[in-house]
Parts: sequence; C-alpha cells; structure tokens
Amino acid sequence: MASGFYEGASVSVGQAIPTTVGEPPDGDLQQQFLYEMLLIRRFEEKCAEMYTRGKIRGFLHLYTGEEACAVGAINALRADDKIVTHYRDHGHALARGIEPNRIMAELFARTGGTNEGRGGSMHIFDVDRNFLGGYAIVAGHMPIATGLGLAANLAHEDWATLCIFGDGGVGEGEFHEALNLAAIWKLPVVWFCENNGYGMGVPFDDSLANDVYKIAAAYQMPSVRIDGMDALEVYSATQLALAHVREGHGPYFIEALTYRYRGHSMADPELYRTKAEIEEYRKRDAIQRLKRSMVADGLLDETTYQALVARVDAEVDEAVAYADASPEPGLHTLYDHITKEYEGDTG
Amino acid sequence: MTEMRMRDAIREAMREEMLRDERVFLMGEDIGAYGGSYACTRGLLDEFGPERVRDTPISESGIVGAGVGAALAGFIPMVEIMTINFSLVALDQIVNNASKLHYMSGGQVNVPLVLRMASGGGSQLGATHSHSLEGMFAHFPGLTVVCPSFPGDAKGLLKRSFREPNPVVFIEHTALYGTRGEVPDDPNHLVEFGQARTVRSGKDVTLVGYSGSVHQCYRAADMLAAEHGLTADVIDLRTIRPLDMSSVIRSVQRTNRAVVVEDDWKFGGFAGEIAAQIMERAFDWLDAPVARVAGKDVPMPYNRNLEFAALPSEEDVVEAVLAML
Repeated sequence: MASGFYEGASVSVGQAIPTTVGEPPDGDLQQQFLYEMLLIRRFEEKCAEMYTRGKIRGFLHLYTGEEACAVGAINALRADDKIVTHYRDHGHALARGIEPNRIMAELFARTGGTNEGRGGSMHIFDVDRNFLGGYAIVAGHMPIATGLGLAANLAHEDWATLCIFGDGGVGEGEFHEALNLAAIWKLPVVWFCENNGYGMGVPFDDSLANDVYKIAAAYQMPSVRIDGMDALEVYSATQLALAHVREGHGPYFIEALTYRYRGHSMADPELYRTKAEIEEYRKRDAIQRLKRSMVADGLLDETTYQALVARVDAEVDEAVAYADASPEPGLHTLYDHITKEYEGDTG
Repeated sequence: MTEMRMRDAIREAMREEMLRDERVFLMGEDIGAYGGSYACTRGLLDEFGPERVRDTPISESGIVGAGVGAALAGFIPMVEIMTINFSLVALDQIVNNASKLHYMSGGQVNVPLVLRMASGGGSQLGATHSHSLEGMFAHFPGLTVVCPSFPGDAKGLLKRSFREPNPVVFIEHTALYGTRGEVPDDPNHLVEFGQARTVRSGKDVTLVGYSGSVHQCYRAADMLAAEHGLTADVIDLRTIRPLDMSSVIRSVQRTNRAVVVEDDWKFGGFAGEIAAQIMERAFDWLDAPVARVAGKDVPMPYNRNLEFAALPSEEDVVEAVLAML
C-alpha cells in the first residue's frame, strides 16, 4: 500500500447542494459516539476470543480500527432511513442500536440471534431498525441499495438509503451498475466506501485504475474523500450527504479512509503487511482521537471515560452470557423460512 | 373466454395487476417506448407512464438487484430480462440475494419480485442466445419457477406470480409468443402453483413436459394415435418448482410408461429429476425404464439443420415411446 495513505483526505469532486444541514454533534452526542466505538471495539475483541474458543464458527471479519465509519455515518441517519452493508457488519449493527445480546447470539448461531441463527456473522438483519442486511458477495448489495432508493422515490417519501461497502467492491461490475442507475434516476442513496486500504490482502492502489472517489465522480454525483478515522468528520460528511439526497438532488458518494487492525478474517495470516504498518495506523486510532479532542474541549474527564469502558465490558460479557444461554434452533426448523407463506388473494 | 395470443395474455396479466395494485411496477430493457423485445409490454408505457413502466440501461445485475431492493421496501416489481441468456449475468442477484434473503434473515424480510424472461432455441440465434435454463433455476430453494405452455395458463400464472410474497422466475418460450388460446376474462382468475394439468388423456404412456415441450408431447400423442393406435396422457407441469409429482405418479400408475421431454440439455437436466422421482415413487408400476427426450449436449449451433438436430422433436418422442413397448 502506498505510504501517505491519509495525505489525500478531505478532497472532493462536485458539490453538495442542500439548503439545510443538521447541527454539529454536542457533548452528549460525542460521548455517545465514544461509547459506541468502545462497544464495537470490545465486542470485536470478544468475538475473536469466542472464535478461538470455538463458540463462533464460519468466517469472522472483525471491524477493529474502522469504528469511526460506522458510528459517524449511522448516527447521522434517521430511524426510517435504510442501511445495507457488507459482511464486516457487526460494527454497523451495533451503531444502529441492535442489542449486542442478539448480535452475539447470532454469531453463536442461536435462536436468540437477530436471524434466529440462520444468517451468521456476515448477514445480520434487523428489519425493525431498517437494517436490511449484511451481504457477503462483494458489492452484491449495491444494486439492492439502488432499488431501495427507487422505492423511496416511487413512494414520494424522503427517507434515504445508506449503502456501506469496501474498496474491494469498486472493482466489481455491480458497483458500476448500481451507481449508474442511482445517478440517472436521481435516487436518494448515500454510497459510503470504507477504504481500509486492502481488498483482502491486495492494496487498493494495485487494484484500481483511479482513486475511489474519482471513479464515483464519473457517475455525476458529488464525491468526497474524508478521514474515516475521525468520527466527527464522518458524521458531518454524512449529514451533508443525507441532506443532499433527501432534497432530491440524487446520490452522493463518500470515500472514508480507514484501516483495519486485524486480518481480513480470522483465517488471514497477514503476509501482505508489516506489524510496523499496523502500529503506524494505530497512532491515528479513532477512539483515542475522539477522547483527546473531547478532553481538550472540556467534554470528558478520565472518570467518565473509565465508566464508559466498564459499561461496554459489562455489556459485552452480558452478550456472551445471553448467547451461551440461548438455545440452538431445533432440527425441525430446518425448512422454516425458505419462502414466506402465501396467504391467498390479497385483493 | 377470449381467444388471444400468448404475448397478449401476458400483457393483459401485467395490465390487470397494475390496475389492481399500485405497488406493482415494471422495469426492463426496452420495455417502454420499444414495447418489449417480444412486444409483451406494448402500450403499457402510454397507459401507466414512465414511473411504472421503466426503461433501464443494459445492466441486468443492476436492475434485478434494484428489483430486490424495491421489493424489500414494499413494492412488487416485475423485472423483464430480455432473454433468459442474459439472466446469467444477473445470477448473483437472483441466487445469492432474491432466493435466500427470507431464509438468511430468519424470516424478517421477503422478496415479492417477478422476473420474466424469454427462453428457448429454434430461431438460429446461435450458442449464446438459445438457452433453456428452466431446470437451472428450479435447482435453487427459495425460487418459484413458472413455465406456461398455453395463453390462458400464462395469464393466470402470471397474475398469481404478482400475488406471491417470494421471487418468481416466469419463463416464456419464444416459440409460443404467437400461439393462440382461450383466456379467461375474469380478472380474478388465478392459476395456483404446483398444479400440473393433464392436457390430453390416454392409457399407453405418460408424456411429461413444460413450456414448449408440452406442444411436442401433444403432437407426438397425435402421431402415436394416428400411426400406431396408441393413446398418451400428456401432462403440462406448468410450474417446475413447486413440482406436482403426484399428478405424474398417478398417471404413470395407469400407463406404466413415461417419457419426459424438455428443450434443455439432457445431461444434468430437469428431466432427470422427474425420472428419478418416478423411479423412487412408482418403480413397481413401471413396465420400462423412464425415457428422457431432451436437447443434445452441445452449444446451440447456428446452422439450421444442426440446430434442428440439437433440439428434441415430436418424432424423437414417438421413437422413445415405441422403443419402450
């Protein structure tokens, strides 16, 4: 990966044209961001532990390091806005307010899980929170986001869709089809690329012919590149994007530069990067960064911070206990939910 | 009843469902001003406008995925894939998304999406434009696969497809678009899934088909009667997932012989599924091994004579029946 990955942050092509944008986050909201980032980090660390203990099986992709993206972007949403995301989805689910208990139970493949144990780590759904899924075929959910945007326009409603994907998705045809359709139909979709530098183990700048935000800009939508390890910057950029799409100006693209501290999945031997590189990016850690700025602004003291840490520790321990106690699905449920039952003529 | 062509029955079904339910909308390549590659949507743009009859770019994966998304948000989209051949570039959306989201989400979401596509060879369109992939779609749990053979059934099945809360792959044989038949006028006439229809009754052999091959079975039954004094049950499956095997089994228990006919390649094809199920459920009633008459295992040649040789014919069906007597 090229050095100076972050030096190009905060650039844009095209302009947002909304008339009203939300307020910057006050102290309470910043503390909520900090709490959520701590919760995600602790949750993911616990997942790694549970994976090595055999409680979590299958593929497990951890979000550690990227917390500011989920927390900044998802907190800018309204409750009726919809989210579709990729398979590294625990952080997004937690930031959307889905209970850690139900997420952990899903990872444990139990009936108390968000999907009754049928989805797993890569496919968290919570329809009550308009969290319409983690998807595990790279970029395969992007046309779905286009369809959600189309539905909002057909219904003449002003909810938006946030579509989160990685830099690895940019090389897929579905990325281009989805962006093109959203642009020609002026759909209210915020495309949010979490560029963590690698598509699995291949550096993004070896994979793509141009910068991500420039590729998106070719589809005639405002496109910005931001520092994805700064929750406040992510939040304000997403607020602006949402205002733009809600007012009917069509889609908006955000490339957030970020970094994952762990491997692509638990199976990743990480032969493609050095420990020194990881340490370099840890210096930009989003949690410590927000903590420092809140302390500097007089919004946080160490006692409060330690209380947040203790709170998330307790919540994650509780999630593990809940998941462990939740029953496995019965074998008689194997055929449940293949199709929704047809209830006759709906008139 | 009104006599109409298959394409008109299909159009009428879409029109009636759009009038009935404002959540229904159509999108696809050239379905608007052009009226659809096979003229199935002709006139609908004028009647319903460009919001509900939406021309799309040539982006099959994008538009099928957009259909999935709109369905998740409460709409009932019909996406026309110009031909079944192009569905191959949209398989990620059909297989990984549409067919699985209800199950993967633990029943939280469902995908009421209708995918219409034209299938079949016989028009010298060459290897990439002559596929019959009905059996491939029937392979995937979560999909309903509809393959009408007659205009009346096409209308009733397509209307039923719009009421289905799950994805439906509705496959239309290109050779049948111009065929005529009686179509019920009643806008509430639906044909239920998973119910085969015996289109002709006999006692010597059971001929099983779907879509275009039903007509080959029918013509073969004519030839068997006229030239060999044999009578055949002809069973039109109408949907191949769900599959009404009970009707097939009942027939085989009377006739003791079965020939399964399809355009698709024989190797690994859907006819093999039916043959296996007959063997599993009616082995003791069989007087001969179940025969399959299907497409030859070659990419479709352009040359007319070669293409004719690659596709099953009614003569092949007759020959298969005579061989098992």
